[in-house]
Amino acid sequence: MQHLIEMSGIKKSFAGVVALQNASLHIAPGEVHAIIGQNGAGKSTLIKILTGVYRKDAGEVMIAGIPSTISTPREAQDAGIATIYQELSLVPLRSVTENVMMGYEPRTRLGMIDWKTAHKRTREILERFGIDIDVKAQLGSYSTAIQQLVAIARAVSLNAQLVIMDEATSSLDDQEIEILFGVVRELKKAGVAVLYISHFLDELYQICDRVTIMRDGQTVGQHVIAETTKLGLISEMLGRDAAEIEAAGMTALGGGEATEPGSALFEASHISTARGLRDVSVTVRKGEIVGLGGLLGSGRTETARALFGLDTLKSGQIDNLGKGQISTPAEAIAAGIGFLTEDRKREGIVPHMSVRENMTLALLPKLTKLGKLDRKRESELVEKFIKALGIKTSGMEQPIRELSGGNQQKVLLARWLALEPEVLILDEPTRGVDVGAKFEIQSIIRSYVDNGLGVLLISSEFEELVEGADRIVVLRDGRSIKELENPGITEESLIAAIAHHHDEESAA
Amino acid sequence: MLDTTAFDLRKYIQGNTHSLGVWIVLIALIGFGLMRYDNFGGAYNISSFLNYNAMFIVISVGMCFVIMTGGIDLSVGSVAAFTSVIAAYLSPYGIQVALPGAVIVGLALGGINAFFVVAMRIPPFIATLATMLGAKGGALVISGAQTISIDWGSNFTKLGMEKAFGILPWTIVITAIVVVGLWVLLEKTSLGRTVLAIGGGEDASVMMGLNVTRAKVLVYVLSGGCAGLAGLFLASGFGAGQPLEGVGWELSAIASVVVGGTLLTGGMGSVASTVAGALLLGLVFNILNFENGLGKISLSAYWQMVIRGGFLFAVIVFQSRVANSAKKGTL
Repeated sequence: MQHLIEMSGIKKSFAGVVALQNASLHIAPGEVHAIIGQNGAGKSTLIKILTGVYRKDAGEVMIAGIPSTISTPREAQDAGIATIYQELSLVPLRSVTENVMMGYEPRTRLGMIDWKTAHKRTREILERFGIDIDVKAQLGSYSTAIQQLVAIARAVSLNAQLVIMDEATSSLDDQEIEILFGVVRELKKAGVAVLYISHFLDELYQICDRVTIMRDGQTVGQHVIAETTKLGLISEMLGRDAAEIEAAGMTALGGGEATEPGSALFEASHISTARGLRDVSVTVRKGEIVGLGGLLGSGRTETARALFGLDTLKSGQIDNLGKGQISTPAEAIAAGIGFLTEDRKREGIVPHMSVRENMTLALLPKLTKLGKLDRKRESELVEKFIKALGIKTSGMEQPIRELSGGNQQKVLLARWLALEPEVLILDEPTRGVDVGAKFEIQSIIRSYVDNGLGVLLISSEFEELVEGADRIVVLRDGRSIKELENPGITEESLIAAIAHHHDEESAA
Repeated sequence: MLDTTAFDLRKYIQGNTHSLGVWIVLIALIGFGLMRYDNFGGAYNISSFLNYNAMFIVISVGMCFVIMTGGIDLSVGSVAAFTSVIAAYLSPYGIQVALPGAVIVGLALGGINAFFVVAMRIPPFIATLATMLGAKGGALVISGAQTISIDWGSNFTKLGMEKAFGILPWTIVITAIVVVGLWVLLEKTSLGRTVLAIGGGEDASVMMGLNVTRAKVLVYVLSGGCAGLAGLFLASGFGAGQPLEGVGWELSAIASVVVGGTLLTGGMGSVASTVAGALLLGLVFNILNFENGLGKISLSAYWQMVIRGGFLFAVIVFQSRVANSAKKGTL
């Protein structure tokens, strides 16, 4: 069979650091092809070579049997390769039409943009995906899902032969993911190949035909996905033995195995806020992980915000065991509470600052003596955490933006751990992080919990909650409705707890 | 397709909320002037007002393009001073030489900005600051720090004085052509849309395969050309090349652009609203002059500046209020 894309023996280094060595990728026309690997395995680099963003050092790229000459993103588009990036690929300030048509606008005889035709054509393209929106409105006024679909619509309208989706589902909810999958299946039916990159292995089994696995800049395997197991894929990605991983469990938080939890660190009872919390009660004790379970919008993050002093309480109270009222984050930190937020990019890292600076940002008051920063102690501390958390960096002065997502997350985790908190609130601590780093982050959290840290864990992944938490407080519509205790929680029982209550409500 | 042909005012307003305020204030101010002062609406006032403000309008429109890409051009005032001297030196050869001469020099100075910003990747603020200093020095050097009188015998003088087709001064006609031309460029061409896309997300624009380099070069060259034209107007309006003029013009231009609802971070903006912004700022002076003329108060030029500053502040606050309430649909 003639491959649509044939990449073989690809090599690429950045300033002496090898990113790819002997990487390959073969995509057949009209197939949905997955590419998986840990962060830093070289997936993005390989794709950026294909799309003309980077230039390869060595190797061969063939498109439909002809050696590729692509050297700019524009040439890739013209050759029928369209890429949908997780971010950055569209201009939210401009209209939907502009985003779909940009660079390929229909012209009038005078060479001017024919807006009427442009709007009409955009509307037609979107209708094919079942989207009926005002194409003249700003793209940014629509949900992320719509924006993703608009990006795909743009790709398809350019007569793409291959659509590359880089982490396309990471910011979508379940229903939106279904719509996206529908589109992928439509593309496949139309003979368009899809290259699909995702950290969610479950998704791959739903829509992909074949999978390419990368590790350390090399292609280490290519399989028909129906012939693989999840465990097999993970072990190949990590380069570890499958049996070893199975023994450790899929997550490393190890809920329910912990020793007896100690005294309570805080007790929130019947709290409500203007942000949609109605009646939530939750207690965190020394040495335990308490999970907050529930659907999107059930009040998980809002609970965390209230506890951290970001939102004012309308009613109810938080008992901090004599540490006084918390009404600002500064007071919360002083009372020993840390909060690792969900939005790493916006609220967490300062991209241009180094690993060291990012790590000690919240710690600076403690490192300062008489207005002078104790650089020696700072360096020791940073060195300690880099080692303890296994942060992969060329040194503590490396800008944090150059690190992979998993390692950025570890730096942020270190930032909070360095403050030696009593309670740590973790909002989606492993989202967008690859399987290997996830495992490591979970192990770190558990080891601190074993030493007495209390953790409030928010996670959209039921698996992480069920296996990780000692107790799960189930939330719905801003209310805590049930508490489950490990051992004994299964994904089914958690889902049942959420769903059961739904049924009760609707029956009532 | 009904919705594409029928003009829906409410929808239009909601889609253009960011520049709504400037139009409201402009119309209100004109209304105020018409009611309060006798000769405010007279042909002479309108003509001389536009004639004087033409140079600010063309500079503002050029600046608007730079700002829409997320950049800034601080050199426009100095470039205008420089080209006013050039225009004065070229005036003996007539307008047919002085006009292209001044504009080409402006384009070339804009080209220097473009080179440093695009090719050398110097931040626009720094690059154009350097050009601002350099052009200012250059203007003083070639003029010997003197105003250079234009040749009153050539047809150069026609520019500001004679009327095109007996109706409007040539300055106004040329300005109108430039404004319309740039409006078309922004709204109707791929290049114009690329300018906006760059301001909305430069990386995304590269990923989309747009020619970002070309568009960025264009905006700086364009802004330089506009400043060159403004220098020509300056020389014809004052009858001399003015190497010491142009101080603070870049800030007036930025003010016009911002008042016109263009985002300083780029990605959104309009030529028409920028013109409205420039007119508004000029109108404040015009009205203060009329007020002085009534004889009840007497404000010095310095106080006029203070009042203009306060007014600018008020308009921007008003603008953002209007934009917010219109977005919420309460308008």
